[in-house]
Amino acid sequence: MTVWADALIQGILLGGLYALFAAGLSLIFGIMRLVNLAHGDLIVLAAFVILTLAAWLGLDPFAAAIAALPIMFAAGFALQYLLLNRTLGRGLLPPLLITFGLSIIIENGLLELFSADSERLHAGAIETASIMLSSEISIGVVPLLTLGSAIAVIFVLNFIFYRTALGRAFRATADDLEIAQLMGIDHPRIFSVAMGLCFVVVTIAALYLGMRANFDPTIGPGRLLYAFEAVIIGGLGSLWGTLAGGIILGVAQTVGAQINPEWQILSGHVAFLAVLILKPRGLFPRAAD
Amino acid sequence: MALLETRGLTASYGDFQALYGIDTILQAGETVAIIGANGAGKSTYLKAIAGLIRARAESVWFDGEPIGATPAAEIMKRGIALVPEGRRLFPSLTVEENLLIGRYGRNAPGPWSLDRIYALFPAVRARRHSASTTLSGGEQQMTAIGRALISNPRLLLCDEISLGLAPIVVRGLYDALPQIKAAGTSVVLVEQDIVQAIKVSDRIYCFQEGRLSLSGRPDQLSRDQIHLAYFGI
Repeated sequence: MTVWADALIQGILLGGLYALFAAGLSLIFGIMRLVNLAHGDLIVLAAFVILTLAAWLGLDPFAAAIAALPIMFAAGFALQYLLLNRTLGRGLLPPLLITFGLSIIIENGLLELFSADSERLHAGAIETASIMLSSEISIGVVPLLTLGSAIAVIFVLNFIFYRTALGRAFRATADDLEIAQLMGIDHPRIFSVAMGLCFVVVTIAALYLGMRANFDPTIGPGRLLYAFEAVIIGGLGSLWGTLAGGIILGVAQTVGAQINPEWQILSGHVAFLAVLILKPRGLFPRAAD
Repeated sequence: MALLETRGLTASYGDFQALYGIDTILQAGETVAIIGANGAGKSTYLKAIAGLIRARAESVWFDGEPIGATPAAEIMKRGIALVPEGRRLFPSLTVEENLLIGRYGRNAPGPWSLDRIYALFPAVRARRHSASTTLSGGEQQMTAIGRALISNPRLLLCDEISLGLAPIVVRGLYDALPQIKAAGTSVVLVEQDIVQAIKVSDRIYCFQEGRLSLSGRPDQLSRDQIHLAYFGI
């Protein structure tokens, strides 16, 4: 029995990481209907930015990630302002093609700069620290922090969305771009702020990705897939749904791995397909869509 | 100096030309009505002023500046607010959020505040925490007018505020106009309801198939003149 309880707990904690992968994707799709195929590679890019800052400045990964946040916000703002805004409003295909190209550029750029070697963000003792729940179940501190950060990120994003003037502008722009302009909303700028926020979330996701496992420049598309699955399981447009989606995906993977270690990835995808068949709009779809 | 002036304003949707050289003028404090049949170009005229359709820069002047080619968000910040045809409230926002978003780009001091708008439209205050999609057509229109007023615009553009509403509701909306006028806001009304439009306006312009067919003060125009300019027969 304990092995299943352990699998469940570890799955919930893993779900926190997937929710962090997915939150930025969900945010951007929700506001500007942009499907960002480079999202996974951006997470890997952020991990390398943290790695580089940690090495240059001699910081631990947490401090390096904090230092990376303003840089990544600016990078996201610039990417949207200078490139991605030009792809919007001409149908679904241009942003897909551009972000697909971006994915290839980021991956190969990172290979060129950092080689194909696996890297890891070394955080010292905290990496192996754990809390014993019973003689057979223990919770790692980093996975716990990951889930806590995912909840905090979604809480803050929801606060911005539903309690601030910026959030009203995000929702108004998503509702009706033409009328939003009549409110004095400069939508290219609003979209750029949204992408900056997405990059901040991506950086937080990258911190935990890099501390929990090895990463190399080629793992981006795999992270994108998990992010997509979490968003779609949760239902488009709901950030708490995205958290639930991440947790369902994480639990499916750890439970699958408990049955047979080879089934970890497969069972996550099976859970995703099951949700698609049973509830095609996801578990918590936004009522208005 | 006129507050708003169009000089030879033309506008097209692709190959279809909707406006042919429209000359209009509005002095500060005036209410002007644009009347005309469906497809006469009335809404296009308002959209061109609000910046939703780009025109030649010098074809629209606001407060002595050419704004024909200025983006909509920038025009709003200068003090022109549009109440769009069909209300177009934001469905994801509550009623009060719909009002508040109206001053996102411009929060000028002036007579209009949330409280003052609620005083003008008490029915909206009662529904302020509701989803905007649950409002009646009249309440939606009041919210759309409030959303435009809250930025304290110098010029309010209203596109068919009576469209699809019961006569008693329309009367209620038009009863609010004198108060808007008294607060010093200039108004351009686009209307198919000629009777309502003539009652409240200082001057009317009649459009016919994208051209100006008549202009003048309501008390100086005869029924027949308006009829001819409106229908062309």
